[in-house]
Amino acid sequence: MGYFDIEHLSISFGGLKAVDDISFSVDKNEIFSIIGPNGSGKTTIFNLISGIYHPNEGTVKLEGENLVGKTPDRIARKGIARTFQNIELFANATVMDNLMLGRHIFMDTGVFSGAFMWGKRSRAAREEIAHREKVEHIIDFLELQSVRDQFVGSLAYGKRKLVEVGRALALEPKIMLLDEPSAGMNTEEKDDLTIWIKDIREDYNVTILLIEHDMNMIMGISDRIFAMSQGQKIVLGPPREVQKHPEVIRAYLGEEGAA
Amino acid sequence: MDMKRAYYEDIELFKSGTILFWTIVLMVALFTLPLIATNYYLYLFNLIMVHVILAVGLNILVGSTGQISLGHAGFFAIGAYATVLLMTKLSIPFFPALILAAFIAAFFGFILGLPALRLEGPYLTIATLAFGLAIMHIIGHMEVFGGRSGLRAPDLNIGIPQLGWNLTLTTDFSKYYLVLIIAILMVLGAVNILKTKVGRAFVAIRDSDIAAEVIGINLTIYKTLSFAVSAFYAGIAGGLFAFVLGFFDPITFNMFLSIYFLVMIVVGGLGSIMGSITGAAFITYLMYALFKNIKDVPYVGDFLTAISQRWLSITGMDNLSAIALGFVMIGIMIFEPMGIFGVWIRIKKYWKTWPF
Repeated sequence: MGYFDIEHLSISFGGLKAVDDISFSVDKNEIFSIIGPNGSGKTTIFNLISGIYHPNEGTVKLEGENLVGKTPDRIARKGIARTFQNIELFANATVMDNLMLGRHIFMDTGVFSGAFMWGKRSRAAREEIAHREKVEHIIDFLELQSVRDQFVGSLAYGKRKLVEVGRALALEPKIMLLDEPSAGMNTEEKDDLTIWIKDIREDYNVTILLIEHDMNMIMGISDRIFAMSQGQKIVLGPPREVQKHPEVIRAYLGEEGAA
Repeated sequence: MDMKRAYYEDIELFKSGTILFWTIVLMVALFTLPLIATNYYLYLFNLIMVHVILAVGLNILVGSTGQISLGHAGFFAIGAYATVLLMTKLSIPFFPALILAAFIAAFFGFILGLPALRLEGPYLTIATLAFGLAIMHIIGHMEVFGGRSGLRAPDLNIGIPQLGWNLTLTTDFSKYYLVLIIAILMVLGAVNILKTKVGRAFVAIRDSDIAAEVIGINLTIYKTLSFAVSAFYAGIAGGLFAFVLGFFDPITFNMFLSIYFLVMIVVGGLGSIMGSITGAAFITYLMYALFKNIKDVPYVGDFLTAISQRWLSITGMDNLSAIALGFVMIGIMIFEPMGIFGVWIRIKKYWKTWPF
């Protein structure tokens, strides 16, 4: 039994097997990438892990505890945070509020203690201040100071992606699922992101599952790569091995490319 | 650029000296107003403040959480009837009765919140509309609620009669201060709720419920909580409304009242507390007083009365307020979807960069 195990995971929509008997095991503090052509079921795996879909078969185990069947908010509390391919931020809230929402699971202020936030010493204010301090570290870390009080809806695409990573980080997760974090970023931003992802692993002790299309980034950052196509596993191994695998080349470049 | 030195400054009530200054000016104005206002205007101000409480609560549900309710007249009615009945039948003092009534309304809000977990958009609208109508008819058919003939509010004794401590508010003048203080407390409460964990969770649900879930927000709890908080506000407002009006029957809480409530927050600005306040004040004025005032304007008043009597209503200008309300709604939708609050933001931005 490993740290984070996926066993025989399957789900089908109608007749289509979107994820078909997928198993892998991720070690603690690993950067584990999932690659595959569009529609191969990568994001579906993330949705299965975070509880948005329930699998037809199989289990998702974090430190031996099965997460299948739990609601997304329970799974978040178990230590799994994620970002979305198409950015799911709270557009009409500031960057600060978006990150503070990442602290939701650690806060206890209710309606009444919140309504009676009179002055600095009230319980609600003390809790707010403590968590704002934690969020400020994330803002520093991801260099978001300049947009701290701006509404997320008004930010550039790359910045929004970063805010989403920050929000996931605010959950102090054990596992972070990053769904194409570099999409829409320019080369410079991608380089920064690569460094940040490594730092997140080192400084925050987070295990990272990464879906990415940028091959340079994938090859440079991943400890292991899981390649899949049409819901099925092609190969799992270190970057060099996966890169040379004929089926991976075929899946990416088509039959002619392989020949 | 103003510099922040402490995390508390982000959540402070008065973020700057300017805001503090104008708040004090406003408070002084509100507390001295009754000294110069006529009785009719005191009555109108009382109604406005009751509607402010309700609108602030409704905006938490509609503006901040992104749900909808066309049944708030129902919660309003529950607050009014429960407060009065708890006082007359169980002889509970005013303040406990008011708070208890608000909790009863909140409980009904929770109940109505349960179908909201599965319903969205037009379907939720219909469900809440049905709730409001059902409350009105149930009250109308039960003798304990006074049936169709309605209820008379008892004397507004805000002391505790059981301890021999009595303080009866009889005039609109004295009721004004009671309603004002409660309204201020309720508004401050809402400001604080929206700045802390619960309020942020509401906004998260509005903007993206799927992201809200994966960061650990339990949709069941927070959606029903939003209905309950909103109904609590309506309950407090209803309890005060009973005493401002003095007499009420089921028809007082008809479907149109729910629509007017919704109009208040849309005109004022969805998701904004200041919008709720200005919207409630503006629409209440338009509903009750605007055309009474216009009627007294020479020539214009006579002209409009003549038009109204010729084509619309034999009683004079009563229908014009409904028509004006319609025009205001359409105008807001076309020109300023963010409502009065949006206009305010634009003026503020303009002056910030003036003269460039």
